[in-house]
Amino acid sequence: MHGTRILQEADRLMTVCNSCRYCEGLCAVFPAMEMRRAFSDGDLNYLANLCHACGACYTDCQFSPPHEFNVNVPKTLAVARAESYAAYAWPRAFAGAFARNGLVISLIAAISVAAFIFGFAAINDRGALTGIHTGPGAFYKLMPHNAMALLFGAALLYAILALVMGVRAFWRDIGEPVGMKTDARSLLQAVRDAGELRYLDGGGVGCFNEDDHPTDRRKLYHHFTFYGFALCFAATCVGTLYHYLLAREAPYAWWDLPVVLGTLGGIGLVVGPIGLLSEKWKRDRVLVDAQQMDMDTAFILMLFLTSITGLALLLWRESAAMGPLLALHLGVVFALFITMPYGKFVHGIYRFVALVRYARERQVMQGKAE
Amino acid sequence: MVDLTRRFDVLVIGGGNAALCAAISARRAGASVLVLEGAPKFYRGGNTRHTRNMRCAHDAATEILTGPYTEEEFWKDLLLVTGGQTDEELARFMIHESKDILNWIVEQGVRWQPSLGGTLSLGRTNSFFLGGGRAMLNALYRTAEELGVDVLYDAEVIDLVIEDGMFLSAQLKQPVGGKTEVRASTLVAAAGGFEANIEWLKQYWGEAADNFLIRGTPYNRGAILKMLLAKGVQEIGDPTQCHAVAIDARAPKFDGGIITRHDSVVFGIVVNKHAERFYDEGEDIWPKRYAIWGRLVAAQPDQIAYIIFDSTVVTSFMPTLFPPIAGATIAELAGKLELDASALEKTITDFNAAVQPGTFDHTILDDCATQGITPPKTHWARKIETPPYLAYPVRPGITFTYLGTRVNKQSRMLMKDGKPSANMFAAGEIMAGNVLGKGYAAGIGMTIGSVFGRVAGREAAKNARN
Repeated sequence: MHGTRILQEADRLMTVCNSCRYCEGLCAVFPAMEMRRAFSDGDLNYLANLCHACGACYTDCQFSPPHEFNVNVPKTLAVARAESYAAYAWPRAFAGAFARNGLVISLIAAISVAAFIFGFAAINDRGALTGIHTGPGAFYKLMPHNAMALLFGAALLYAILALVMGVRAFWRDIGEPVGMKTDARSLLQAVRDAGELRYLDGGGVGCFNEDDHPTDRRKLYHHFTFYGFALCFAATCVGTLYHYLLAREAPYAWWDLPVVLGTLGGIGLVVGPIGLLSEKWKRDRVLVDAQQMDMDTAFILMLFLTSITGLALLLWRESAAMGPLLALHLGVVFALFITMPYGKFVHGIYRFVALVRYARERQVMQGKAE
Repeated sequence: MVDLTRRFDVLVIGGGNAALCAAISARRAGASVLVLEGAPKFYRGGNTRHTRNMRCAHDAATEILTGPYTEEEFWKDLLLVTGGQTDEELARFMIHESKDILNWIVEQGVRWQPSLGGTLSLGRTNSFFLGGGRAMLNALYRTAEELGVDVLYDAEVIDLVIEDGMFLSAQLKQPVGGKTEVRASTLVAAAGGFEANIEWLKQYWGEAADNFLIRGTPYNRGAILKMLLAKGVQEIGDPTQCHAVAIDARAPKFDGGIITRHDSVVFGIVVNKHAERFYDEGEDIWPKRYAIWGRLVAAQPDQIAYIIFDSTVVTSFMPTLFPPIAGATIAELAGKLELDASALEKTITDFNAAVQPGTFDHTILDDCATQGITPPKTHWARKIETPPYLAYPVRPGITFTYLGTRVNKQSRMLMKDGKPSANMFAAGEIMAGNVLGKGYAAGIGMTIGSVFGRVAGREAAKNARN
């Protein structure tokens, strides 16, 4: 017996799949399944997070609905995955944030933006918010740099702490010893698999999305999104180093490294999320966990808002719109940071951890075979 | 919408591997092609849905095949499984053509992968479809549609107009749209066998056929085969025979596919409803042992049998869809199986007493055998003595039938008088009996389908142009 109905169903499906095995060349889920004859809750949560939702196993399955065996692995694992996010949430009290994610995230985003606007207006002189500020330190006329660094540093640290606690719970649940240091080889393999989205390709042809014609679009848009996000993060890091090490204050010229990285990243974070959203809307509903639509959309929109407000700030930073745009951008980024552990962002973390474990399992199996 | 008023160059009846290979090869040769698949879209493809590999000859190892498999070796294997019931000329032709199919099928969008877990013995001879048979079918359908082949589903053909061995038209019946006359210059019949037609099976098996389970879809009813044979096409293959394996008695009546199979026979004993053993469970090695048990069970009362083993061997075979039925004692297990407890206890006691010492190795014909019981268990015999005692109930699972239409090397049907038909071709299971008179070798059905499908399509297109 399993803890939840969806894990019960996942167990039923893995029993069907384990006696078939036709899909073992499609991704990591099925080879991982074949290493087991019975499935604990943790095993199923591991498989659920290993699944990249490419949809190939549904299109290829001779037992998918309307067949009476009713095998729908992508959807079942999607539901199990979403439930696992809530189960691992830290602190436990915030687990409910996953269930009504769209609402929670839009509320937090609105409150954050309002707080920055109100804060700028309250702390500074009247008119500072809508005044024109240029030259080094222009942003800090609205909010002192140290205050900004402290606030965002704290938000980021909190997010990291909550995520680490979640991963710890996941790691325990899938039966790995706490405190175990993973080997560099598995870690590297997982970095490569995640960086290439190796398992989001239906075993080579591409994803199945709106019909049975495979495409690479989801993979492409995800790359735009992920690497866009990474570039934006890099831009922030470089900016911070500039500030503290070189004593060079933002805003920087358009050719300067933080701006170049941020602009490229911002473009990725516009193209990627728009593409992912449009793919999501087209996606065959039979593959989708409807409950999760909200959470996915909220996260994609937050990424999109982050990049759009950032790019707008870059374009209009020398005008009177700078103050409100800065408040808007900071509000969105702040909301993104503090909601990270309670939304779709966690998929990347848990999937990466699952890939690390898969790489380790493969090594152990190969070791046994040799 | 498909324009059914036009006259097609090639009409393909059927929707599996052979049908699609024929449609694609005819279309590539420039013909207009209509495919009529009798099943709904989800169930398209007949037995191809449940396949997973193809046996092709090759002279060297490939990315996915571990070593060479020569034409001569393939021929010897075929001779062995059919006991010589094969048309040597056709068979050697097929084996030769199979070499090129390995590449041709990839050009049609199908992808290979190395042999699946648990099938290492096929790693040299058989190429596996990435994602299985339905993935293979999906690729063929995508390619056919991109090439401009018209495909209709739920398209039942209820009559064929044939005059003097010449196909004129087919009577099509659709759920919406009713009956339509479909005209074409040539016909490729690739509509499979009659394994899902219980009434037809009853002609040879009597009421026993009611207890058969059919491993493929309910649409393999042999209607086209029956029409062709009734209209002067020469038949081939033993009409009374079908390929059957032992599958779980709890499987659905139709379309349970591969996952209902049991391969645990060698790890225990098999008893009938009287709790008596009836055949040497240790006679032969996989996959041959796997292929005989369907027919053995079909010959038992009520067409049911029970594979019985103990807890020591539970992880020796692949995990099963249905869990084994368990009992802490033989009597308890017998109760759950509704067998006579004392009879089962006696069978197992006698068996255990007959087991001789030996070294167990299920990968070879080992020296673990019984002595002094009938039937003996000549290999892999070990005592059944560690509870819980476990059992799988099994019934005959019918895979395919052998009766078919006679063809020549062009895949052209031969009429009863021996003359080739003017414009009718056949490919796949409907003509498999030409090369596979009896028995089976893994993946050979797909070889027959792809090779003769490709040939039939090409020849039909050529025929339509003339």
